[in-house]
Amino acid sequence: MYQDVILDHYKNPHGRGLRDGDAEVHHVNPTCGDEITLRVRLAGDTVEDVSYEGQGCSISQASASVLNELLVGKELAEARKVQETFLELMQSRGQLEPDDAMEEVLEDAVAFAGVSKYPARVKCALLSWMAWKDATAQALDDKAAKSARETV
Amino acid sequence: MTQQPGLLTASSYDVEAIRKDFPLLDRTVHDGAKIVYLDNAATSQKPRQVLDALNAYYERHNANVHRGVHVLAEEATALYEGARDKVAEFVNAPSRDEVIFTKNASESLNLVANMLGWADEPYRVDSDTEIVITEMEHHSNIVPWQLLAQRTGAKLKWFGLTDDGRLDLSEIDRVITEKTKVVSFTLVSNIMGTVNPVEKIIRRAQDVGALVCIDASQAAPHMPLDVQALQADFVAFTGHKMCGPTGIGVLWGRQELLEDLPPFLGGGEMIETVSMHSSTYAPAPHKFEAGTPPIAQAVGLGAAVDYLTSIGMDRIAEYEHTITDYAVRRLREVPDLRIIGPVTAEDRGAAISFTLGDIHPHDVGQVLDEQGIAVRVGHHCARPVCLRYGIPATTRASFYLYSTPAEVDALVDGLEHVRNFFG
Repeated sequence: MYQDVILDHYKNPHGRGLRDGDAEVHHVNPTCGDEITLRVRLAGDTVEDVSYEGQGCSISQASASVLNELLVGKELAEARKVQETFLELMQSRGQLEPDDAMEEVLEDAVAFAGVSKYPARVKCALLSWMAWKDATAQALDDKAAKSARETV
Repeated sequence: MTQQPGLLTASSYDVEAIRKDFPLLDRTVHDGAKIVYLDNAATSQKPRQVLDALNAYYERHNANVHRGVHVLAEEATALYEGARDKVAEFVNAPSRDEVIFTKNASESLNLVANMLGWADEPYRVDSDTEIVITEMEHHSNIVPWQLLAQRTGAKLKWFGLTDDGRLDLSEIDRVITEKTKVVSFTLVSNIMGTVNPVEKIIRRAQDVGALVCIDASQAAPHMPLDVQALQADFVAFTGHKMCGPTGIGVLWGRQELLEDLPPFLGGGEMIETVSMHSSTYAPAPHKFEAGTPPIAQAVGLGAAVDYLTSIGMDRIAEYEHTITDYAVRRLREVPDLRIIGPVTAEDRGAAISFTLGDIHPHDVGQVLDEQGIAVRVGHHCARPVCLRYGIPATTRASFYLYSTPAEVDALVDGLEHVRNFFG
């Protein structure tokens, strides 16, 4: 489970710390007390920044770091594809052997494949990804509401 | 390294013989690692004697209880009620009718809260009264009282904790007052192992005429439990932590209270007569046991009580104290390890929670598991304790009658490995 890639991200996290964002969410994993506060900043259709602060196990913290590395700078549609692929991998109960196509999409995140065998830890790995999805939806809603007001 | 205490290998308590009664302790995990089971505060393993009793019940005697005149119904009833006798004797209850079977300690505590919520005076909890608990309770002894307080308007108060994991009773006269209707607290903390000073709390509660409910879930498996000596009004515990099956719990209550207090769950078994307009109720304990009870589970608990009694609760307590003392000493040798709770074996049970530097308990538990060592990680259903000590979670090792000094050593070695891995 503890691949070197995961331990590296845990010890040297990418993009940690809260910066300006269009939306902020706070997600917790009640079974273990993992917590994350995550902000998303969008520039048009691009994920300009994902910043976060949290506490938790190496899996949850490393996963947030990988998320930052993978999603920042991507077009939203592309970022969503990464998120959905990661979700698919994590929900595979260890039955899914990542192929080349999946590795290309997930890059470092493919190292989490082993975590999917441990049901108790899947939530740790998904915490930041669910927070990102939630924050992105909020940011888009806010933007839509704002532009609706401006149109009126 | 701290020397393993000689008493543990003395012939007076043959832990190796006891271990042979527990088939699960023989199994291996992760390609050959022998299981080191240190999650006993969550649930205990089961001896062959209990497994056999469950099997025998289903293979030979299974029927519903208290109904039917056929031979199986009579045998099942005798076994179920026989288990009640055994539990009554185990806790030194003055009467077998004071032993109510529930599905677990949570249900027992919820039952007390609901009895008091629906009771008439003088027991009724309402908006002008107070409920007292403590900050070290398991969620099962917090949430039922929060619900009762919210529904009745009663005020919920609690004892805080000292830095060394004890109840802070310095303000006892201000916490328990003339308005207090019920004081509910744990005898032994499930997260910190603290053994609480029952007498002091009960004396104050009695002075103001409050009822006392004790959560003995972490006490009944480990030490002699005497409800008469405790002088409480209610004592709750669960079967699966004391070598019994899951799905069976106990609420002991003083007879006159059980006679006066109203039922909570209605249904079959708990009635005397029923018409479409109203019903009258069976006497306690049946008044509080609506529906088909957990029959096999009660029989299994009876077998567990027999098993523990055959070894002797005094001897189990003495042995566990030695193991706890050894474990606390050895854990204190581990660099960066902080025990959450009492740091000596004095007035403490065999559940030991700790943090290990900045390494998250989930990671500690996972790397220990890879070595075959089973511990619990998280907030142990006692999140207020984690908040009190400013930590997100702990790792908890908890011992039982079959735990050995070698298992303590395995834990300490395992923690060394964890430190190196994440260091």
